[in-house]
Amino acid sequence: MNDILSSDLIKEFTKNKTGLIGIGILLTLVMISLIAAVTVPIDTFKQWNNPSNWISNPKTSMPIWVNYFVAEKIPEHVIIENPATISKEGEISVTSHQFEVEFLSDDFPNGFIYEFTAEYSGSPLLQIHVVRPDQAKILLLSTSLPNSETKIVHSERIFSTDDTIRKNIQIQSAAMGFYREGIPNEDLIFAGNEEKILKGNYLFLVNLYDVNEHMNIINSKLILGGKVFGIMGTDELRRDIMVGLLWGTPLALFIGIAVAVGSVMMGLIYGVYAAFKGKKTDEGMMRFNDVIYALPALPFLIILAVTISNSIFLIIGFLMIFSWVGVAKVSRSMALQIKTRQYVEASKIMGQKDSRIIFKHIIPQLLPYTFASIAISVPAAITTEAGLSFLGLGDPTFPTWGQILHDANTFGAAARGLWWWIVPPGLMIAITGLAFVFIGNALDTIINPRLKR
Amino acid sequence: MFGVLLVTLLLTISLVGSNMDIILKQGIVYQVRTEITENTAIAASFSSVEEFEKYVQEQIDKRTKALGLDTPWYSPQRMGFAMYKLLILDFGHATFLTSDSGSSNVSDILLEKIPRTVLLFTTATIIISIIGIFLGALSGSKVGSVTDRITSMFAVISSSFPVWWVGMLMIFLFAFTYQLFPARATPILPSTDPGYIGALLYHMTLPLITIVLIGFGSWAYLVRNFMVGTMQEDFITAKKIIGIDKKKIVYKHALKNAAPPIITILALSLSGSLGGAIITEAVFDWPGMGRLYFEAISVMDLPVIIGATYVLTVLFLISIFVADLLYGYFDPRVKTE
Repeated sequence: MNDILSSDLIKEFTKNKTGLIGIGILLTLVMISLIAAVTVPIDTFKQWNNPSNWISNPKTSMPIWVNYFVAEKIPEHVIIENPATISKEGEISVTSHQFEVEFLSDDFPNGFIYEFTAEYSGSPLLQIHVVRPDQAKILLLSTSLPNSETKIVHSERIFSTDDTIRKNIQIQSAAMGFYREGIPNEDLIFAGNEEKILKGNYLFLVNLYDVNEHMNIINSKLILGGKVFGIMGTDELRRDIMVGLLWGTPLALFIGIAVAVGSVMMGLIYGVYAAFKGKKTDEGMMRFNDVIYALPALPFLIILAVTISNSIFLIIGFLMIFSWVGVAKVSRSMALQIKTRQYVEASKIMGQKDSRIIFKHIIPQLLPYTFASIAISVPAAITTEAGLSFLGLGDPTFPTWGQILHDANTFGAAARGLWWWIVPPGLMIAITGLAFVFIGNALDTIINPRLKR
Repeated sequence: MFGVLLVTLLLTISLVGSNMDIILKQGIVYQVRTEITENTAIAASFSSVEEFEKYVQEQIDKRTKALGLDTPWYSPQRMGFAMYKLLILDFGHATFLTSDSGSSNVSDILLEKIPRTVLLFTTATIIISIIGIFLGALSGSKVGSVTDRITSMFAVISSSFPVWWVGMLMIFLFAFTYQLFPARATPILPSTDPGYIGALLYHMTLPLITIVLIGFGSWAYLVRNFMVGTMQEDFITAKKIIGIDKKKIVYKHALKNAAPPIITILALSLSGSLGGAIITEAVFDWPGMGRLYFEAISVMDLPVIIGATYVLTVLFLISIFVADLLYGYFDPRVKTE
């Protein structure tokens, strides 16, 4: 073992290229975590597993930048919130909302949703028309809102998959050009002849008729579902994968670093103490170490997660239990050498307390090794946690990368070719691991100069 | 060594035992209730509700006693009995899981799964170690060469990729995008069919490639580091000066001297491979030990969990022992202690 002071370590480290790359990646990840904490509201992170929170996003849509690489433009997700409003009051009052959409993509949209909140009394009539670029005006829906004697606030979502819309389209198929069974409603609406897309301006007209004047639309929103959305697309449950990736970063860093620091510290103190005490204590402690070493780690982790709890903090604890053993062994053998040095003997003769000798004289000597092993054991912790989450044993309240991959696997993402759901989380795991491996290797080569040549 | 095994098993039992008992007891209650609802004559023969409830409770108690569930799992009788059974290698019957042939005997289930795991993971480990040792020796003897750099780089990068994620990617690429290999690793053919072995090997290719691809890099890196150490020893320099062929030095003298730690790692990873990576088997749907373990844990099938843990721990301990012996053979210095 070579004696290296911590200050030398830092100096040497700044000369190491891979180490600096590792630090660079790590800083980027920390930046991402900060960005996540600042930009993404904490609410979305808590609502990760609540499907109703993601309802206005499209289902399994690709990342938006895919459009730059393909010739045929894929429709983007459009949410129109402030329609042109025309109100007419009279014997029958009408409130008309007009949503104008310029549709120029080469693929059909992924359905549409009309979302509204209205305040009324009685039973107003809701009609939705669409005016296509070929000037055909098609009635999609004509329905009355639930009757109420008193004034109420009613909100509703109308989906393009609605059966009444289907019927209306079927009736007006002559005006629309073509009709076939098995083709979704939105495809029929946006198709000219023979399944060809009709590009141009579409006008969605929403009319609300009522006999009395106490009618008011508070909120009115048309969502034209796209097939591309956000920087990283969405998954089967309409969740924005980008949010998951962003939130996964601080979680993964936290899990990795907490487990690594905890287990290395545990192993270090355990090993040094065993070496310092020597004799029977050493023997006994090392036997115990052997027992833990022989335990099959992953099966036990699974058993623990299933039987005790899958809370993320407990899982961190379990991971620590299984990863301090190696460090304990190595630091014991290192401490055995240091123990025989004269300054340690001297302080022993001077009558210093055991704990003081261990923490003041032995452990500082082992610090460089400690840093290296912390860095090296981070990736293992991250991958193991990801693995547990992948098996569905992770903490469901935290969207970790492993969890995203677990969802991807359960929804058969590989079979359906949803690459944007599989590749980014795994890449993030790999990059995070890589950063720590780089740092660890750089520290390792400084501590063991033999490897450098 | 035997103590280690017992401690491992005791831990397993104590972790799973209580949950297992609860599940079994609820199972009995359910069983009794369904029997009574199916047979209306029993219910009709009672005049009051209390009497009926008492009868049900008696039935439940009777069965609980018959299964030995009236004493808690940590009672000395049950513990001692379980340990005795394990000593004579009787794993008993699985509570829920069965082998493919329908037997619920834990030994049968284990014997059915072990060969499959050996076939996939042990083969992969052997291929990995062969590639790793050669690549490692090659790059360790020429430190700083292109081979060395590429190997080190590859090792570092591949070690931070989770195998199961690469597995998902491989399935995505080679099973669905380019339909070269099947996505599920279990062959559809029955095991009696003459084409079974061929089908099995074909289904094995994708997981095998994945495991080897991720595994050999870190192996090569380890061997390289040992080799770099050995190549700086005086006797190697002496041999170089004498003018012995460089290849001979590397593969005969240096590799032999770097062998002890390599052997230890090989022994450990071979026994580790028998556990089958639980997650890898889950991704590829490979019906081996790993998946058995996961299934057993998720339905809390205690006999199977204990049997599998037992086999794995025994194998692990044996391999540590064998590694120690081999270490002594390759490095006689450790013998004298």
